[in-house]
Amino acid sequence: MAKYYSQTHEWAEIDGDEAVVGVSAYAAKELGDITYVELPKMRSDVIVGDSVGVVESVKAASDVYSPLSGTVNEINKNLEDDPGLVSNSPEEKGWMYRLENIDPDELEDLMSEEDYAKYLKTL
Amino acid sequence: MSEEKLLETPLAAEHVRLGAKMVPFAGWNMPVQYTEGILAEHHHTRQSVSLFDICHMGEFRLKGPGSAEKLDHALARSVADQPCGVCRYNFLLNEQGGVIDDLIVYRIGETEFFIVVNAARRGIDFDTLKERLGAGLELRDESDATAKLDLQGPKSAEMLARLGLPAETLPKYYHFMPVKLLGLDMLLSRTGYTGELGFELYFDAAEAVRVWRELLNDPEVKPAGLGARDTLRLEMGYPLYGHELNEETTPVEGGFGAMLKLDNSARDFVGGAALRQCQPAKKLIGLKLDGRRAARAGMTVLADGKAVGTVTSGAFAPSLNCAVAMAMVTSEAAEKTAFTIDLQRAEVTASRHDFPFYTEGTARKK
Repeated sequence: MAKYYSQTHEWAEIDGDEAVVGVSAYAAKELGDITYVELPKMRSDVIVGDSVGVVESVKAASDVYSPLSGTVNEINKNLEDDPGLVSNSPEEKGWMYRLENIDPDELEDLMSEEDYAKYLKTL
Repeated sequence: MSEEKLLETPLAAEHVRLGAKMVPFAGWNMPVQYTEGILAEHHHTRQSVSLFDICHMGEFRLKGPGSAEKLDHALARSVADQPCGVCRYNFLLNEQGGVIDDLIVYRIGETEFFIVVNAARRGIDFDTLKERLGAGLELRDESDATAKLDLQGPKSAEMLARLGLPAETLPKYYHFMPVKLLGLDMLLSRTGYTGELGFELYFDAAEAVRVWRELLNDPEVKPAGLGARDTLRLEMGYPLYGHELNEETTPVEGGFGAMLKLDNSARDFVGGAALRQCQPAKKLIGLKLDGRRAARAGMTVLADGKAVGTVTSGAFAPSLNCAVAMAMVTSEAAEKTAFTIDLQRAEVTASRHDFPFYTEGTARKK
């Protein structure tokens, strides 16, 4: 499955016309210990670039911007009681939500894993 | 942002070597956390013993005949009756009763005092004290020559015992003594900002790196940064200057009215007349939030749908597993129990909670 990244450090793993979304390992490390995660509502329609959630660390809160448009068809309920999953496993157990009906054209505006690695070196 | 260069403690390179994340704080480049993170550092302090670099704070020495009486007039709590060997939390006020700084006075001798002040207030404190104390007394700013390290946690006394200071020889809560530790003359007080059994060490700044390394050699001790220091003090409801206290806030509004013994009208001090005349318009309260999502300084507090005040500090409280906040609200609203906080993109309900939020602290342990 192909994985893409946004400039605002979200990742999207593509599975047919669906995508799983989370924040990148880089973002998770920058934020520090995550103590609270706000997720988008089930069945809500999100548009690429929308602020759809929040990750809070002890020191700060950061918006999560959806890397793709689509309809939320699953959220990671484990994050409610264990937001630390985003710190400890940001790109696996700390996934945030799943979208359906994504628009493949929007992938052109995201970076491949390789390009994202290069992008991080410029920061 | 100002381009002013940040100040550094003698330990800045040690922090970087340990992998600390450095941030600006009160004009200083300070470690906010080390590699294990704020939560781990917080829990380690509550369970074992942590070492904090607090070299940025200021230290003054006051000497001379009549210094006790002069200082008594310059500060909000009495100094004249403070015994030698005792530390006392105190306030430097303006004429209106607003807090210029909160500080700790150590009485070294009949006519000698050591005063520990906030880093950001060092200049104004020194100038204000100099003016109030007048000529004839010696007031020196020893901050640059003085290192300050805080050892905090329930295992801090046994850790000092391993370094040759048995528990029974250590000072009691809010007392201090001169000690010889790691071959060095130090001032050691049983004080701190975490709510845990702990000690603050003052010594020659030239020895800071050696002492820091030797203390970290102990198997129980880990470094902790300002991030954990903040969550630890917040759980105790301790004020942080610039958040809960400032020149527009009196110690009475900050919740320290009883400490000031204002009904003892025989004692005259700068700001005292204003405090005795005014009814406090606002009051600092504790709020326990429903959930993990934190309120932050500056957010609006509401009661019955009306804005009644502002959050002064707020964060997730690691030892309580929920978010807590301190807030300055109108005196009227301070009596209420149910509040909401406007988090901008959401609202959260909160209930008033007495300080401290965290009640298992070992600071006063016999």
